[in-house]
Amino acid sequence: MYAIEVDKLTKIYGKGETAVTAIADATFQVSPGELVAILGPSGSGKTTLLTSIGLINEPTHGKVVIDGATVADEGWLPGIDLKRLRREKLGFIFQAHNLIPFLTAVENVMIALEINHLPKTEAKKRAAELLDSLNLGHRLGNYPTALSGGEAQRVAIARALANRPKVILADEPTAALDTENGKNVMTLLKKLAVENHSAILVVTHDHRMVEGFDRIFHVNDGRITGEKSN
Amino acid sequence: MNLAIRDIRYHRGRFILTSIGLGLLLGVVMSMGGIYRGLFADALAVLEFTKADIWVVQQDTNGPFAENSRIPEDIKYRIKAVPGVAEASPLSFQTIQIERLGKPFRFFLIGYDLNGFGGPPLIVAGRNIRQKRYEMVVAKAMKMEIGEKIHLGLHDYTVVGITGKVVSSGGDPAAYVSLADAQDIQFKKDNDAIRNDRERIGANLAGVQSLSPAQAKFLKQNIAGITESTHTVNTVVARLAPGADIKAVQERIRRWNHFRPISVEEQTKILTKGMIEKARMQLGLFRIILLVISAVIISLIIYTSTLDKIKVIATLKLIGSQNRVIIGMILQQSLLMGAIAYGIGYALILLTYENFPRRIVLESFDLQALFVIVMAICMISSFVGIRKALKVEPAEALGG
Repeated sequence: MYAIEVDKLTKIYGKGETAVTAIADATFQVSPGELVAILGPSGSGKTTLLTSIGLINEPTHGKVVIDGATVADEGWLPGIDLKRLRREKLGFIFQAHNLIPFLTAVENVMIALEINHLPKTEAKKRAAELLDSLNLGHRLGNYPTALSGGEAQRVAIARALANRPKVILADEPTAALDTENGKNVMTLLKKLAVENHSAILVVTHDHRMVEGFDRIFHVNDGRITGEKSN
Repeated sequence: MNLAIRDIRYHRGRFILTSIGLGLLLGVVMSMGGIYRGLFADALAVLEFTKADIWVVQQDTNGPFAENSRIPEDIKYRIKAVPGVAEASPLSFQTIQIERLGKPFRFFLIGYDLNGFGGPPLIVAGRNIRQKRYEMVVAKAMKMEIGEKIHLGLHDYTVVGITGKVVSSGGDPAAYVSLADAQDIQFKKDNDAIRNDRERIGANLAGVQSLSPAQAKFLKQNIAGITESTHTVNTVVARLAPGADIKAVQERIRRWNHFRPISVEEQTKILTKGMIEKARMQLGLFRIILLVISAVIISLIIYTSTLDKIKVIATLKLIGSQNRVIIGMILQQSLLMGAIAYGIGYALILLTYENFPRRIVLESFDLQALFVIVMAICMISSFVGIRKALKVEPAEALGG
């Protein structure tokens, strides 16, 4: 079973003459444990693809299946609980880490667990373990402002992994980092994909960061124009 | 995890400053309420301390507080003789403003019959007036010392006692002297004025050809006696015997044609509905305006605080947070800010109300009602922020 299945996914913004096709007929699958990059220039439609898979942007046409469950088929399936699915099946990593500034590192990870109804003491223990595994055991009580860019992004990764999601979606996760920290993050993501058996889909425009990806999709003008396997 | 508390803990400086600002505003609202109640208490103070059932004043007046009322002192004997009246006592009131320690010194002088009632309700220092002349009991608010002398009219008066918070309907602190002293202060002319008056009466009578010199002398003495008399009072207060019918007593006095017997209820109405009505309405309106301003400020604070958290809210939504988590964060912060600001305002007013120039009466009902109103304002104000938060799209968490 694939972690992500996308079949003829199309997203059109606007109607009639002003309609803009952001993504057209995207079809691919990602297996658990796979690290996949979507590479393309700015405005190519890669973020739209990510948000459609991430249950944020409703696809206009096509089908999206996450961890075997169809979530969209010519639009969201009726009665589907998108928040619950995002909470349970998906993890998000952002360009600017998006840590909550008034929560400490451990609380930033705990919040994802508590939102998924894990009791507080258990959530704290699990969050601390996760951060420790990412070499942030000494930073548990620090606020995001006291963390370096690389450390903050690792906390964000820990938060994305907290609920052991089947799919992790990363939007330009290395854009705000220097080359060394960016490479460290990519290495970490690859390691986590294998260890956690999660499919990791990374949107990036940075060609330097695509080493180590299992597959790379090139997106241009809303269409997947090429696929490369490593 | 309580996000509201975490946010407040992180931004505590801003939160405390905002709460202090709002607390000061609520302190002003509380003081307005206190002054509003104080107006009532002041207006009714003399009325309550006198503990009279009927106030007999000059006919066709609302005296002695709302209008001038002058009646002869000896009417007290006639009133005392009315069936149902247990006691009657004459009272004299006047507002005096003199210079003391280089500053204007204003107070309300009450003259009372030492053998009657209507004197100082409570002596907190010194003693009550014992001598018929030249002794005085003053309210604590006048800040006078026992033994201090004060010159009023033609004589000096010595402070022998201090009473509590007795004020006039205008809020001026009250002082007590014997009725005879009060009458002297109010009506007695100095020797030059008396001589002038007598000369004028004599000259006028001398022009009357039909009077013999003996008749003119006799008339002059009588007219001077009347014009120099100080036996006038502003009211005679009466207490009824147990079981007496107040309506019957009032009717009997009213039939004399020269007096108006006012019951306590009527006097209360005159004082509260007539004399302080406008001030009361003004304060009430000002209080409402301040509450509206508070509501607008709270709404703005909550709204701008929500705008600051748009990315946080979008991120929470993106990671699957339920709306109640976000609503709870905004609502709890708003309520907490309101509660803390209320506490600051309350502490402020509690520490300062004794120093206000006018009486502040803090009634627990008013304070509780204000707390409920503040909480309601906070709740309603937070809806503005909540509305904004619920409109935030998870996609706003993406991008730089």
